[in-house]
Amino acid sequence: MTQNRRSFLKTSVAFGATSAIAPGLWTRAARADEKIDVGVLFSLTGGLSIVERSLADATLMAIAEINEAGGVLGKMINPIVEDGASDTRTFNERATKLVVSDRVPTVFGCYTSASRKAVLPVFERRNNMLFYPTYYEGFECSKNVVYTGAVPNQQLSNYIPWIINTLGKKKFFIVGSNYIYPREMAKVSKILIEQNGGEWVADEYLELGHSEWGAMVSRIRSSGCDVVLSNVVGDSVIAFYREFRNQGLTHDVLPICATVTSEIEIAAMGPEAAAGSYTSFPYFQAIDTEANNAFIERYRSFVNDPTAVTQHAMECSYFQVYLWKQAVEAAGEATPDAIREGIKGQTFDAPNGRVTIDPENLHCYLTPRIARWGADGQGEIIDEYPEPIRPLPYVAYGEAEDDLFCTGAGLDSSRL
Amino acid sequence: MFETLFIGLSLTSVLLLIALGLSITYGAMGVINMAHGELVMIGAYTAVLSGIYLGFNIFAAIPLAFLTAALLGLLIERVVIRRLYGRIIDTLLATWGVAIILQQLIRLEFGMTFFGIRIQGLGPGLQQMRVPSYLMQPYEFAGIMIQPYRTFIIVVTILLTLLTWFLMYRTSIGVQIRAIMRNPQMAAACGIDVRRVSAMTFAYGSGLAGIAGVLLAGFRTVMPEMGANVVVDGFLVVVVGGVGSLLGTVLSAGLLGQINGIVSVLYNDIIARAVVFAVVIGIILWRPNGLFSFRSR
Repeated sequence: MTQNRRSFLKTSVAFGATSAIAPGLWTRAARADEKIDVGVLFSLTGGLSIVERSLADATLMAIAEINEAGGVLGKMINPIVEDGASDTRTFNERATKLVVSDRVPTVFGCYTSASRKAVLPVFERRNNMLFYPTYYEGFECSKNVVYTGAVPNQQLSNYIPWIINTLGKKKFFIVGSNYIYPREMAKVSKILIEQNGGEWVADEYLELGHSEWGAMVSRIRSSGCDVVLSNVVGDSVIAFYREFRNQGLTHDVLPICATVTSEIEIAAMGPEAAAGSYTSFPYFQAIDTEANNAFIERYRSFVNDPTAVTQHAMECSYFQVYLWKQAVEAAGEATPDAIREGIKGQTFDAPNGRVTIDPENLHCYLTPRIARWGADGQGEIIDEYPEPIRPLPYVAYGEAEDDLFCTGAGLDSSRL
Repeated sequence: MFETLFIGLSLTSVLLLIALGLSITYGAMGVINMAHGELVMIGAYTAVLSGIYLGFNIFAAIPLAFLTAALLGLLIERVVIRRLYGRIIDTLLATWGVAIILQQLIRLEFGMTFFGIRIQGLGPGLQQMRVPSYLMQPYEFAGIMIQPYRTFIIVVTILLTLLTWFLMYRTSIGVQIRAIMRNPQMAAACGIDVRRVSAMTFAYGSGLAGIAGVLLAGFRTVMPEMGANVVVDGFLVVVVGGVGSLLGTVLSAGLLGQINGIVSVLYNDIIARAVVFAVVIGIILWRPNGLFSFRSR
């Protein structure tokens, strides 16, 4: 299928290693001591493989680095790579296989919310752990998932006030792809817009993959808004920004402020279409620190592509393996329960800065940043929080830092 | 008002561009060519690759994409379709297979990924074709904003439609094609080389798909899956217009494009899509052979 040679080799190495121990069952116990199996579950084929393959690569790179440095508790990490094939049912099957027959204590994986929802029952019923690296819409509180990507408050709570106060834009046109993530993002945005004295003039959705933006952009133009908040996902982002430019709208008068547009889409649309627009993410390739530059360089040599771009979910895929390693070391053993206890409060210096797992809701403290896209396709970071902020997965329903809905005891559903 | 009509016109031109080639291959040869969308995709990739490696701009890419897609179409005709004339369901399945093969060829960079070789401009990711800035920057004319790129697409579509009309109705090969459309056996009996003419027709229709690909690449996303949506739109237009009728194709593209444009400006794109499908269903219930059909093959 569409596996490239590199990951094909990795898969076969992993497969070879697994089958090598199969013949001599009696040696299995002795050998199993020397390594810890973990699952790596992303789409390596199908439409989502464009992004998900890079997440799998980042995960495997972190595992390779840890193994080179001596492994975890003196044992090697052995990744068992499975292909979700951009299909939620396949994700469920593969997750079941990893948890039930491979008996891994942890799976790193899933990109879309749909795939996470599809595998969630597997992890909850079998009491296993999933490490999920994507920014997502929140509204989830599972003891069996560690969420290392941003939740809405980490992308929006600095962004909306900044747009209103620093950019001086008050009338928002909210546009997104028609599924749960953009809709939840819009919900949080509206709360923040009203709190900060702005207003929204429209809240519009288009189906995923929609590529004919003529009518929508013309509606934006005549709506009287002075800023566009875009939660548009995937390849339709490209058609959107291009149409925006074709209709003569410029980002210095009517900027697009996006929550999902990353380095990958910018490169594909041609940087001139995005120059001057903004995106809010905790991580950008353009973060100019030694740690990040080294990370980019290692990633490029790992995937053997000198122009590979890095982005937020990919960076999370990378550092969450290190957080997992620390959790295993803190707990002293690699079982799901021990990992869940061990991960609480773990801190790691990731390429984007310091990240910490919240002991209550198992989400991740991250530093919100805003970048302005330049003509070279890179973001220039023009605003960042002084420190990582607490993840609030239920912020759309009134959750606050001192008033958590999701705690170690579970979700307080009376609050919703 | 003008703007709404312009959006509709622009949607019309895109639909017509895709359906033009399809109406010829489907109409003349009774082949349900599911690979038509992939020929559009090949045209788009020809533009991307010729831009990277040959420095071609969009104007130079158009004839090149026509040739590439036409040659590929000729190959598909020779290898697959020729053996399946008259078996309409079989051609549907076979060309769908061809479509999957073409998509995978692009994703796997012609198989080079197995050897660890990367080809810039291919692979599973998103690609971009550069559009000259004078085609992107809109300008005002008599108080109306003119979008050069969409205008360019409309002009090219009109030219291609005229060219196709000329070929079909004013040349001797056009007479032969129309004879084959009416009755292939009788045409053969009159001394027309049906196989040769069919192959040429298929190649021409494929070439038109290639040109559509170049123009779509300028404002949509270039990726291996881009053909899949395109082919559905193309079939809608052809079925509504009536198989094999150039006038029907033009009018049905205009009808569907304007309905889509007006509804999407007034309400939104999702409702517009639903309305278009409702209209299509209504029309094929009312006239099962399409608006302008003179026979069934």
